[in-house]
Amino acid sequence: MKGRLAYTGITAALVFFAGYAALFLAPDEATMHAVQRIFYFHVGSWNAMFCALFVVFCANVAYLLTRKQKYDALGVSGVEVAVMCCTIGLVTGPLWAKPVWGIYWTWDARLTSTFILWLLYIAYLLLRGLLEDPEKKASLSAIFGIFAFLDVPMVYLSNRLWRTQHPQPVILGGAGSGMAPMIAKVLVLCIVAMFFLMVLVFIDRYRLEQLRNECEELRFEIESRSAQVQSLPPSAAQRMSS
Amino acid sequence: MKNFEFLFTAWMVVWAIFFGYEITVARRLTQVREEIERLRQQLNGR
Repeated sequence: MKGRLAYTGITAALVFFAGYAALFLAPDEATMHAVQRIFYFHVGSWNAMFCALFVVFCANVAYLLTRKQKYDALGVSGVEVAVMCCTIGLVTGPLWAKPVWGIYWTWDARLTSTFILWLLYIAYLLLRGLLEDPEKKASLSAIFGIFAFLDVPMVYLSNRLWRTQHPQPVILGGAGSGMAPMIAKVLVLCIVAMFFLMVLVFIDRYRLEQLRNECEELRFEIESRSAQVQSLPPSAAQRMSS
Repeated sequence: MKNFEFLFTAWMVVWAIFFGYEITVARRLTQVREEIERLRQQLNGR
């Protein structure tokens, strides 16, 4: 509990300082002005999403290899958090695009592959909702999760492989890429803050999944006890239930 | 500040999505904890 409180405090301080830096300390970009500041949390949310999806991929593979329930819980928790980060990215992107491109959305390689990624992981969550049997649910969603992860490198490489409306990469983008030192510092701070925020939500979501499993175990125990009572002769059943 | 409304909207959306999601997780956690408590009582015959 103390560790959790300390982590929440550190995250809150980081987010507050990152927000302040993004709004007030970062220099005004020459052509885009205020709207460029969206970039700090837009990139931060994508980075957090990629980290969450990498954990999901590892958890899915681990589940198929070991069949341990904790990996399934890790997988579904990560997907929900990644969908949240992806939604933030998909909403903040068009809000940046409208004043800069003149349109909210275009079907270029980066935007389309990202939208498909969002749909794939929404489908992952819907698939889990449709299946009753816990083992079948965990196995099928792990297979589906591994398949969905194939779109992650596609999203990352899309604006490197094809000419897109989306800006070319400014980090690890090769010759001509890069940014002003102060912008880079604020961006790194925002990426770290969003990562901490993602981990905070991830921990809560994972805890929820563990408690749900505990709940299922208790239900199963109650059902098996009542089945045991029903199979006994009436006099013994009465003694047992009293 | 030019285009400030877009920055403001994006900022609000980020926090609305984050807190909205965190609230749903917290609510679900409370519900499951209550359910576990109820089941434990049922199991102990109370």
